[in-house]
Amino acid sequence: MSAPTMEVAHGGVPADKQHIYSQEPVLSARKLVITFGRVIGLDGVDLDLYPGEVLAVIGDNGAGKSTLIKCLTGAYTPDSGEITLSGERVHFARPQDARAAGIETVYQQLAVIPALDIASNLYLAREERRKGILGSVFRMLDKKGMEKRAGQSVQDLGIQTIQNMGQAVETLSGGQRQAVAVARAAAFGSKVVILDEPTAALGVKESGMVLDMIKQLRDRGLSVILISHNMPQVWEVADRIHIQRLGGRAGVITPQSHDMGEGVAIMTGAKRLDGPS
Amino acid sequence: MATTTTPSAAAAEFARRQQSPLQRVQHQLHGRPWLSPLFLLLVAFVAFFIATPTFLTANSMGILLQQTAVVAALAVGQTLVILTAGIDLSVGAIMVLSMMVMASLSRDGGMPGILALVIGVVLATAAGALNGFLVTRINLPPFIVTLGTLSIFTAIALLYSGGESIQADHLPGLLNFLGDGFKIFGISLTWGIVAVILIYIAVGFALAQTAWGRYVYAVGDDPESARLSGVASKRVLLTVYTLAGLIYGLAAWVLIGRAGAATPNAVPDANLQSITAVVIGGTSLFGGRGRLIGTAIGALIVQTLQFGLSQMGVDQQWRVLATGILVIVAVAVDQWIRKVKA
Repeated sequence: MSAPTMEVAHGGVPADKQHIYSQEPVLSARKLVITFGRVIGLDGVDLDLYPGEVLAVIGDNGAGKSTLIKCLTGAYTPDSGEITLSGERVHFARPQDARAAGIETVYQQLAVIPALDIASNLYLAREERRKGILGSVFRMLDKKGMEKRAGQSVQDLGIQTIQNMGQAVETLSGGQRQAVAVARAAAFGSKVVILDEPTAALGVKESGMVLDMIKQLRDRGLSVILISHNMPQVWEVADRIHIQRLGGRAGVITPQSHDMGEGVAIMTGAKRLDGPS
Repeated sequence: MATTTTPSAAAAEFARRQQSPLQRVQHQLHGRPWLSPLFLLLVAFVAFFIATPTFLTANSMGILLQQTAVVAALAVGQTLVILTAGIDLSVGAIMVLSMMVMASLSRDGGMPGILALVIGVVLATAAGALNGFLVTRINLPPFIVTLGTLSIFTAIALLYSGGESIQADHLPGLLNFLGDGFKIFGISLTWGIVAVILIYIAVGFALAQTAWGRYVYAVGDDPESARLSGVASKRVLLTVYTLAGLIYGLAAWVLIGRAGAATPNAVPDANLQSITAVVIGGTSLFGGRGRLIGTAIGALIVQTLQFGLSQMGVDQQWRVLATGILVIVAVAVDQWIRKVKA
């Protein structure tokens, strides 16, 4: 069923990236359906995410982008359809399940705690305790160790404007907060990082910083799903672009196979994406 | 990253900019919100020291600490609840209920003191857990829940005790034990004061050094973000209200020792005093911000005003008036601190 669009996708991929698509997808969804009363949220969506790629998901408001992502992160449970992670079928009842399986999400509202410091935020709900009885009996946190490793995680993303891990997050700029959220998503051996409109609230320079971070994640072999309204950014950073329309997948293109205008035309239904046939 | 050198150099220059003295104060207070109450406490001490010769004596200091103990203990539970952006109006009611149950069960050797004590503390813990259950499972606002349980627990305590006091000489030694004491440098301290200090150390450690402490701050600061980060917000809230109940039970034990009796209408303004201590101590009513050390200082400030003014022979209403002004100033300072710039 999905073969024609797949071919289009691979056809547009540059030669040096072709090898990615001979592998098994790290995350794939088949025929996801979710309804809210009489409203159809997803109408049989397929999605494939390959190792080490950035897959952008674009679509008009109400096309089902957020709903699709929420199904992948366990925030919603689809009515039917299946999700496989590294070839294994998975069921996520709660966001924690998806996270435990290696899918990390950076939410639009950021989900950082302003009053806590950067290290505390990075390790929130994943704290590490001290060794010995201080940790086991007194449940004392290994603050120094977490601070040190937090600093490493942030540095690994090439962020140089954040130095002091003991700094409260509320003293950071929007871009820096986003960096903290991304660092947290990437820090815990995750396979897939999902970013929901990560640059929506940021200025040009800070957006550039976030895009650099996304490339860093990919270069480390992580798979990234980027939901965005910002077409120039999508065309800059994505390897492939999943176009969501009316609760289904209108097609998958690449920045090389189609230009922005064509992408938007497919997204709005002005143009149909036909297979190679 | 050649492209970022210019902007980050500019940012560094911005970071090195001259701050006005007021901005520096604001910055310090943001990091250490207990600094301003500590300053206030010192000012009060100096003022009373100048105003009345009997204030700064070993005898007076002992009385001051003994008077502070009960409210200081209640304020620990209140701090936990307020850190989660809640409020607990049932502190006094739970303490009195627990105290009357302890005293009645053990009156004239009816039940061994240890058993009566344990039952009283467990009852207080259960009362706190009920608050937590109503807040987390029925999703009622903490103000409404504890306003309701304030009346419920007060009524139960009065019905159960018949409104009668039970004097210390009808009670076993264990229940009176926290009223006994010893002297250090001529200051008479009670075991009740020691017990309250131990509560502060234990809860202070849990807040500052454990994951649970982080969750309390996180849930109070931004519950939705905490949930998305994987914090079990409701479970944290439930433990906060339950632990607060346990602390009110221990405060009941301290109160029996302090008052030398179990009286249903003991400490009538316990609720307001505990909230006042927390707020003056720099803990934000909006949640997520504050230190337990500030609460200890806040409780001391409230009692110092009361004690110092009464030593000066000033009408008690002036103390009430001064406390009211302090609360408003403390919250205003908190609002100002929260607008700090990096």
